Formats: sequence, structure tokens, C-alpha cells
Amino acid sequence: MPAAEATPMIRMVGVDKFFGRLHVLRNIDLVVPRGQVVVVLGPSGSGKSTLCRTINRLEPIDSGTIEVDGHPLPAEGRALARVRADVGMVFQSFNLFAHKTVLDNVVLAPVKVRGTAPAQARAAGMELLARVGIVDQAGKYPAQLSGGQQQRAAIARALAMRPKVMLFDEPTSALDPEMVTEVLDVMTTLAGEGMTMLVVTHEMGFARRAADRVVFMADGDIVEDATPEDFFTAPRSARARDFLGKILSH
Amino acid sequence: MDFLGRYDLLGAFWVTVQLTVLSACGAVVLGIVLAAMRVSPVPLMRACGAAYVNVVRNTPLTLVIIGTSLGLYQTLGLTLASDTSTEFIDTNNFRLAVLGLALYTGTFVCEAIRSGVNAVPIGQAEAARAVGLRFGQVLRIVVLPQAIRSVVAPLASVLIALTKNTTIASAIGVAEASLLMKEMLENEGDKGILVFTVVAIGFVVLTLPVGVALGWLARRVGVKR
Repeated sequence: MPAAEATPMIRMVGVDKFFGRLHVLRNIDLVVPRGQVVVVLGPSGSGKSTLCRTINRLEPIDSGTIEVDGHPLPAEGRALARVRADVGMVFQSFNLFAHKTVLDNVVLAPVKVRGTAPAQARAAGMELLARVGIVDQAGKYPAQLSGGQQQRAAIARALAMRPKVMLFDEPTSALDPEMVTEVLDVMTTLAGEGMTMLVVTHEMGFARRAADRVVFMADGDIVEDATPEDFFTAPRSARARDFLGKILSH
Repeated sequence: MDFLGRYDLLGAFWVTVQLTVLSACGAVVLGIVLAAMRVSPVPLMRACGAAYVNVVRNTPLTLVIIGTSLGLYQTLGLTLASDTSTEFIDTNNFRLAVLGLALYTGTFVCEAIRSGVNAVPIGQAEAARAVGLRFGQVLRIVVLPQAIRSVVAPLASVLIALTKNTTIASAIGVAEASLLMKEMLENEGDKGILVFTVVAIGFVVLTLPVGVALGWLARRVGVKR
């Protein structure tokens, strides 16, 4: 296999992170190969969101190394901004730019970061909005959209940068139940198209359906790393059995 | 009331308006720069911004204005007008007053904007960083536009205070409304209350529309969440 293909998209080695005295990530090693969809599961407070946020350095780490596409994450500055441009991120609380229309949200970064011509970026933006099914909302402001529509717009905003990898930090946790499906459908399609994805979620159905791999975290550690099939049918650790017992019983 | 015809009341208020508009422009620019310094990740910038705001904001405006004249002009020799001009003294004092008012009011603009920056949810800046914008872009494109929209109403108060503060320019001889009032009071000793009332109404006429207009603007541009 050529070296370029062998380079993993994300590589974390010996990553430690503290919030004050709280040890939120304990010596994490994780490799995500190109094209893989990894779902990170775990009880709240297990460090899964923090793990996701360290990959584009929204959370700096205290020790260890993180590489994206073979390059170690730079410290703050232009070099870091360039890496972030290639890493799409979708947040729990959508975080669409509140003073800009949906289309302007999607167009902003391609124009300001990539230097794409505005007309071209708008055309591409409309295509993306059509892809996530909200092309008719292009001229509205985020506050005028439902949660599900906002999250789909946020996915389109991330995709507009043609990212190498997409990070999803609990993308459906802030949504009303009836809007979860529309967002998961977009994510499932994306996974089917071969996008490298790291998804922190509580959606077990999505994990079973779309993931290549499930990573289970507890207390800042990766406790299990398995295929969805193995994880859901035969979890090895007591922590995972306990977790699955609690969420699958209702 | 016919004595009013002997004085250039409109001309004096025109100077007040000029002082207000010019120093407001300077104060907004300075306030944005100071606010950017105070929220920057660079400790030295934050310290300089905080030091400037705390020193200047807590200095009485009279001292700041007289300081521009005594300190900047007479001691340091800073001139802001052509010294061959026949109106050198007047022009120089006017511009020194604008400078002093802008330096002083900029601190209040800074603090208003800073409170607006703190009101922008942290997720907005995180999303901006996550799509690859650099620090300056995050501030300029995402955070400051939202911050400024949310502080239009407090900025209206700052602008109204500035309008009234321009009267202090009379301390270095700028011929604005309150200097004319002083002259009128000296010459028309028996009409004190009338002179006083006319000038007070003049200021209300200037400031009331500012408050109404900016209140409307604040509702208009406010960011819905």
C-alpha cells in the first residue's frame, strides 16, 4: 500500500487533558483511517466531547500528540487555522452565525478562508443546501429555522470547505425528537459517500447503521474499540454492559 | 427674546455638533481597537488596553481636555493646524478638543463593546475558528458585528453623554454653545434664566432625536437567537 494511503486521517498518541485537577482524557491512543466512520459512545462526563474537540484544537491538550492527515496539530496561529479549514465540525448547539443568512453562513468560509469567488461559492452553497434539503431556507436567518434545519445548515457550512474529515459533537442532542431523523439521514448519506467521520452521539441506531467502528469511553479512557456488531451484541467490559443496559432497556 | 438676535446661537450649536460628530467617529474607532485589545489572547495587549481604559476613564474630562492643550500643545508642541493660518489658535484648540473628547469617550465605547462581546455566545467564536478563520477574522466577521448590534442602545447613552461633554471644550476656548452661554450670561445679567433655558433646550433638541433614532436602530439590527 502506498505511504499516502497508509497515513491515517486522525492519529492521537498518549493524549492527556486536564480541566483543573480533573483528568478528562487519560493517555488516549486513537487512529482513524481515511474513509472510516467512528462513533464515540459513553456516559456523560466520559470525555467523549472533549476528545472530539481536541482534534481541531478547540481544546488544547496537556500532553501527547495529535496528527491530522499526517501533520501534527500546530499551536495557535495561521497554521492551525489552515488545519481547521480542512476539518469540518458540527456542534451540539449548531452555532450558525446568528447575524448572517443560512446561505451566507455556508458561503462565508470558502470566500474568506479559501478565497473562492463569491458567485462561485454561492452556487456551490445552494447546491449543498439542496443536498441537505433546505434550499428554500437559504435567505432566512438561523433563528427563523427549526433545530433540525439549523443543524443541516451547519453540516452544509462544514461541507462547503470540502473537509478531509468531519467531527460531529453530539449533533442531535439539542434537537426535538421528531427532528433527529432528518439530521441523521444527512449524516448517514455522508458516511455512505466515504467521508471520514468521528461522531460523538447517543444515537445507537445511527451507530449500528452507519458506523464502521464504535469507540466506547468511560472516565477519560477508551474502554472498548470494536465493530458496532461486536459492541452491541457482545460488549467485553462491565462498563459497556452497564451503559448499554441502561440505554437499551427503555 | 430679541436680544438673542445679537448672538450667533446657531453657529455655536453648529460647533457643538461638529465637536460631537468628529469626536464620536474617533471614539468609535478607538473604542473598537481598545475592545479588540482587551479581548485578545495576547496578555500584553490585554494589559495595555486595560491600563489605558482605567487611566483615561477615571480621569476627569476637564483634565483630559486641558491636558491636550497644556500637555500636548504647549509642552510637547503638538499642533493640529497650520500655524501660518490666521485662525490657528481657534482651529488648533478645536482639534485638540476633538482629540481629547475622542481619547476619553473611546474608553466608554470600548467598555460598551466589550460587554457586547461577552454577550456573544462562545459557540459563535468556536464555529468561526472551526471553519478556519484567523483570530482577526473571527473578531471582525463574526464576533464584533454581533457585539456592536447588541450595544447600540448603550452606545446611544455614550453618544448623548458625549454631546453634553463637548461643553467642556470651552475650557480651552472652543466657541461652542456653553461658551456662548457664558458670554450671554455676562452681558445679559437680567435674563439669566432665559439664556439658561434656551441653551438647555438646544441640547435637548440635539440629544433627544439621537436617543430615539438609535433606540429604533437597536431594535432593527438586534440579532435574534
